[in-house]
Amino acid sequence: MSHTIADMPEGFGGEGFFATSLSKAIGLARANSLWPLPFATSCCGIEFMATMGSNYDLARFGMERMSFSPRQADLLMVMGTIAKKMAPVLRQVYAQMAEPKWVIAVGACASSGGIFDTYSVLQGIDKVIPVDVYVPGCPPRPEQIIDGILKIQELVKHEPLRRRYSPEYQHLLEKYQLA
Amino acid sequence: MNSENIISRIEEYCPGLVQRSYHAYDGMLTIETAPQRAWELLKFLRDDEVLHFHFLTTLCGVHYPEEKGRELCVVYQLHNWPKNIRLRLKAYLPKEHPHIATVTDLWAAANWMERETYDFFGIVFDGHPDLRRILNVEDLDVFPMRKEYRLEDGTRTDKDDRFFGRTGNEGRKFD
Repeated sequence: MSHTIADMPEGFGGEGFFATSLSKAIGLARANSLWPLPFATSCCGIEFMATMGSNYDLARFGMERMSFSPRQADLLMVMGTIAKKMAPVLRQVYAQMAEPKWVIAVGACASSGGIFDTYSVLQGIDKVIPVDVYVPGCPPRPEQIIDGILKIQELVKHEPLRRRYSPEYQHLLEKYQLA
Repeated sequence: MNSENIISRIEEYCPGLVQRSYHAYDGMLTIETAPQRAWELLKFLRDDEVLHFHFLTTLCGVHYPEEKGRELCVVYQLHNWPKNIRLRLKAYLPKEHPHIATVTDLWAAANWMERETYDFFGIVFDGHPDLRRILNVEDLDVFPMRKEYRLEDGTRTDKDDRFFGRTGNEGRKFD
């Protein structure tokens, strides 16, 4: 009896063969083996610990291993309040990650500064690095974090292989002075 | 040793060091002194064998914008461990010239506390070995705990004052 771990991408199949495009096959592999880098600074990080734990079990989505080196990570998960003094550190972590890379802002603070309407807190990490998915909540429940990760996986699955070389993407990096 | 003894002991050492003394709302004996003489008084309080306020519990700043000519204040809290007596010392400074002598030579622990007070209130501690910002970003160009500066961040884009319980400039008559 066969067991489907991930859904097959669109393609043309018949007896003993299956054909699809290279980008779909690579997208399938990437999306189901993301290595996240948890950048946890406050209570959203605690919710993420629950998400990683056995009850919610992030490993079900191909994320058994957290990468604590940015050089081996595909997904930067920013969870918590980022003080302005932390912003250059966050930028450096992002710059060290190899392409292709994705960013998820978990919680109100990472998304917009949250309740911290004050001079010392960065008003959303998208002021310093580009963000792919925002998860609302203060803090969000593990189900919401998982939903955000599934959204990231959808993006990863459908990202064209050459998107990172596109003028739009270069323009985005230039806007953040990361190119 | 009660408050009268403490004050008279200081007066005995040097009359005029204490400008004013009272019990604050929390019951702690509070002494006001001129900023030029704060170091001298603190050294006496530390070294005198009767008073023996050898421990500097904390040091911080306060901004009183309505008190013209003495807007900024440095507060020292001292503690005599053997007798468990506490003392608060206040020195008021004009905003135009917020300078006071460092006490890092009396207590090494004052180093970071003075840096923090400089960081948030812009009070300059003359003679401090390394007076840089300590908690805020280095390129901050305001002293955020002074009431003339806004607490909110200027780059915020999604925070509507109405939803944060504000309608505009209320509570900011010092701007």
